[in-house]
Amino acid sequence: MRRLRAIFLTPAYTVTVGLFLIPLAIILVYSLLSRGAYGGIVFDWTTENYRRLFDPLYGAILLRTVVIAVITTAICLALGFPLALFISQSGARKNLYLQLVMLPFWTSFLVRTYAWMFLLRDTGLINTALQSIGLIHEPLPLLYNDGAVLLGLVYGHLPFVVLPLYATLERMDKSLIEASADLGAGPWTTLFTVILPVSMPGVRAAALLAFIPSLGAFLTPDLLGGGKTVMAGTLIQNQFTTARDWPFGSAVSLVLMAVVMLMVWRVVRTKGEGLV
Amino acid sequence: MPLTPVLELANLGKEFPGHYALKGVYLAIDTGSFFALLGPSGCGKTTTLRLIAGFEEATTGDIRLNGQSILHLRPYERNVTTVFQSYALFPHLTVRGNIEFGLRRRGIRDTAKPVREVIELVQLEGKEDRLPAQLSGGERQRVALARALVVRPDVLLLDEPLAALDPQLRKQLRAELKALQRRVGVTFVFVTHDQEEALSMSDRIAVMRGGCVEQVGSPRDLYSAPATRFVAGFLGAVNWVDGSGVRPELTRITRELAPPEVRTFPGRVESIMFLGNLVHVETRLTSGERVIAEVPAGQSAFAPGDCVHLWWRPADELRLPQ
Repeated sequence: MRRLRAIFLTPAYTVTVGLFLIPLAIILVYSLLSRGAYGGIVFDWTTENYRRLFDPLYGAILLRTVVIAVITTAICLALGFPLALFISQSGARKNLYLQLVMLPFWTSFLVRTYAWMFLLRDTGLINTALQSIGLIHEPLPLLYNDGAVLLGLVYGHLPFVVLPLYATLERMDKSLIEASADLGAGPWTTLFTVILPVSMPGVRAAALLAFIPSLGAFLTPDLLGGGKTVMAGTLIQNQFTTARDWPFGSAVSLVLMAVVMLMVWRVVRTKGEGLV
Repeated sequence: MPLTPVLELANLGKEFPGHYALKGVYLAIDTGSFFALLGPSGCGKTTTLRLIAGFEEATTGDIRLNGQSILHLRPYERNVTTVFQSYALFPHLTVRGNIEFGLRRRGIRDTAKPVREVIELVQLEGKEDRLPAQLSGGERQRVALARALVVRPDVLLLDEPLAALDPQLRKQLRAELKALQRRVGVTFVFVTHDQEEALSMSDRIAVMRGGCVEQVGSPRDLYSAPATRFVAGFLGAVNWVDGSGVRPELTRITRELAPPEVRTFPGRVESIMFLGNLVHVETRLTSGERVIAEVPAGQSAFAPGDCVHLWWRPADELRLPQ
């Protein structure tokens, strides 16, 4: 029995330790070293990289990142909850609707983000269409701003919110809804006093699944924000590429990860089912 | 016994895709009575309950509460409450929160007094701040009752409320539930597939089968004067011999010849089933029918293979109207 356990667990442990913990240790070491002149690192121990994070410039980026991630999460929940509720109540059509929710996963996220650029840019589908019907004369500034980044983030993370919410609502005893109506509650009262409180564990899990990737997003702010909307993910990416400051990039990564882990720990710790 | 019907079902029918769950049911349920809908699964008893509560829409017919049709009312507009089979207690609310729920929805601010009274009624003192997950099955059932009763419904619907409990507790709760109903005076409409439950608690029983009501009557009438073979068999065991039926407890078994004025059949003992205070002597008549005689445990000196005479008074036979 013990040997069997070991045999089954070894691959997963190897992957986790080898591909996660070791790189993490490398990043930790890097974050305490100095930058080389042309990228890379110099073995010169320092805490300077962490101190730089208190620079108002980087503080602002981290703050903005958290704000954008919070707004993304809120919009995802506001859109995803009604959708998940609808799917959980639609009987035989459930599977069809779930397939539709997962449809975007059939192509790469990069391709889908480029598709948004084609839709939103000045000569894109939306602006061209609005201009041709004479509704506007100048193209609307749809791309390369915070709005576009939010749109992209919400679009990208909505399925991750809908699925755990659906799982929770599907599992909920449907007679609770009947009991609520039976005792005199109208549909809205039932939604806010029964369905929402009972599905809180799922809401927390869903919020986490939108918040964490939004926090670390770099593709969406880069492409849809046009580099103007700098988020922590973009900052980290820049340190490793154009800025060639690996130690500072490592420090930002670790701080971001600490924030995420703190949040996960708090959500999992709250009573209830926690993650899915 | 009060005679005004609080609830009337007239030609009530319900069609689900592919089949009729309910085929034109007529029932009048007296104010303050304990009324049971009894039948096997799929007979339409739960559908009837759900139609009264408003969870399903009727295909045909009408439901009248205090003489007024309630068909057009949503569940939350009907002064009818339900004790669900699963109890459906709100898991995020305490006992008090669950009981207050209906009062709040009716705009009642001062919930302290009614909550205290109903908690005393169902004997849940001291458990007010527990969550449903911290209660035993019997306690949960009492919370479900309290929650539904506190809003003073015209009719309380109970969907197999004892089914989820263990048998010992179930028997004990029959008497409690009956006493509770007498004390509060609310009309109870009780769905069950357990004939003992229906017989022991109800004032009147409607026996249902295949979406129709087979017979309505008092427990005593239904048991001793069933209208159909189905009703006779569903309410208790029946020995069917030559087209006439007799209950096992009225079937006598002797080694000697029976007295002259009775119906008597020779047979042989096949097996003995010991039930504690009673013994079921299972026999096969020489004509081939199986007959069970129920005798007090002390008087049974029979063994498989014994040749016996089975007999009963003609007056004890069930008379089914043809």
